[in-house]
Amino acid sequence: MWTWFHKLSSPKWFYQISGRWLPWIACAAVLFLTAGLIMALAYAPADYQQGNSFRIMYIHVPSAILAQSCYMMMAVAGGIVLIWRIKLAEMALKCIAPFGASITFLALVTGGIWGYPTWGTWWVWDARGTSMLILLFLYFGVIALQSAISTASGAARAGSLLALVGLVNIPIIKYSVEWWNTLHQPATFKLTEKPSMPVEMWSPLLVMVIAFYLVFGVVLILRLRNEILEREHKTNWVRKLIETPIESSTTSVEKTSATKRGA
Amino acid sequence: MNAVHKKRLIIVIVGVAVFSAAAALVLYALNENINLFYSPTQVAEGEAPVNKRIRVGGMVAEGSVEREPDSLKIQFTVTDYENSLIVHYDRVLPDLFREGQGIVATGKLDDKGRFQASEVLAKHDENYMPPEVSDMLKKQGANASEAAPKL
Repeated sequence: MWTWFHKLSSPKWFYQISGRWLPWIACAAVLFLTAGLIMALAYAPADYQQGNSFRIMYIHVPSAILAQSCYMMMAVAGGIVLIWRIKLAEMALKCIAPFGASITFLALVTGGIWGYPTWGTWWVWDARGTSMLILLFLYFGVIALQSAISTASGAARAGSLLALVGLVNIPIIKYSVEWWNTLHQPATFKLTEKPSMPVEMWSPLLVMVIAFYLVFGVVLILRLRNEILEREHKTNWVRKLIETPIESSTTSVEKTSATKRGA
Repeated sequence: MNAVHKKRLIIVIVGVAVFSAAAALVLYALNENINLFYSPTQVAEGEAPVNKRIRVGGMVAEGSVEREPDSLKIQFTVTDYENSLIVHYDRVLPDLFREGQGIVATGKLDDKGRFQASEVLAKHDENYMPPEVSDMLKKQGANASEAAPKL
């Protein structure tokens, strides 16, 4: 298991394998996103109470789920950085944070747009909304801390520490609607119970959630590959990669990075 | 995994655990302040301050909505199925406002135990269904909102 762990943590190995995965994940992302949007807009029936405005859920819920998953992944990467000092985890930490911040922002904005017609207000300081806003600030904190420190490994360690400290916010977001009175409704989906939503409403949601994860995968791989090329530009394999003419299998990102380095 | 890694792993785990415990204690201590609103039962038990801006939440009791014909003035009862509270309001209500709907009202509790609201927000529950299903449930005598009187 440890040899696998070390193999996975080698930037060169990751660069090569992710190049092969990328087109497949990208295709799947486009496919799921298109299917999910069509299902959400055309196939799902309107809600008995909220009418069509409930459809914003198909963006709001996946982005809120992904915002929290991203944070957990970032914290796990942070733990690996602090314990094993693995370079690839340092890069992952740096690459996840901006995407996490954007998706959290998307969840907050779509929540406001949904809230206005249903609740009658854009924003209310209830436990769910506030803890989500704190999540956004945690992401900003990780980004700011990393860009404030000039050495790459020092920046990663500082960011990791904040990412781990902020981990406590995740269960607070999850259970805020159960522990306290909030304007936000409790969870529709629970592991132990049947969802309080018919199948034609939750199936588009499931597709959209998978689509969002795939988009995250694509963005993470693209960002990581760029980061690897930048951090490893002095190693032999990257030099070789830049000097050899670009093969047909390489992606546009490689091309731009390669030309940047070459110039 | 060598000794150094093991030591760091333990430090990270203990650190996260201690910090989580501290956060849990803080949240427990602030419990009352994090709640967005008081329930009618809390108001009846005298937990809510009088003449201070507070929020009250509950279901709009069936058959309790009384409107004045030539103004926006409205009076209704908010209930948590144990206690209830009369709410006065004179502004625009959200679309989702109806009998049996969960709401959160901001305003002041007056000396007579009535609630003078300055803002009423609708709270929707975790149940979603197409209109046909809701109609069917109503016909069966089990109104959607009665089936899950949760707030």
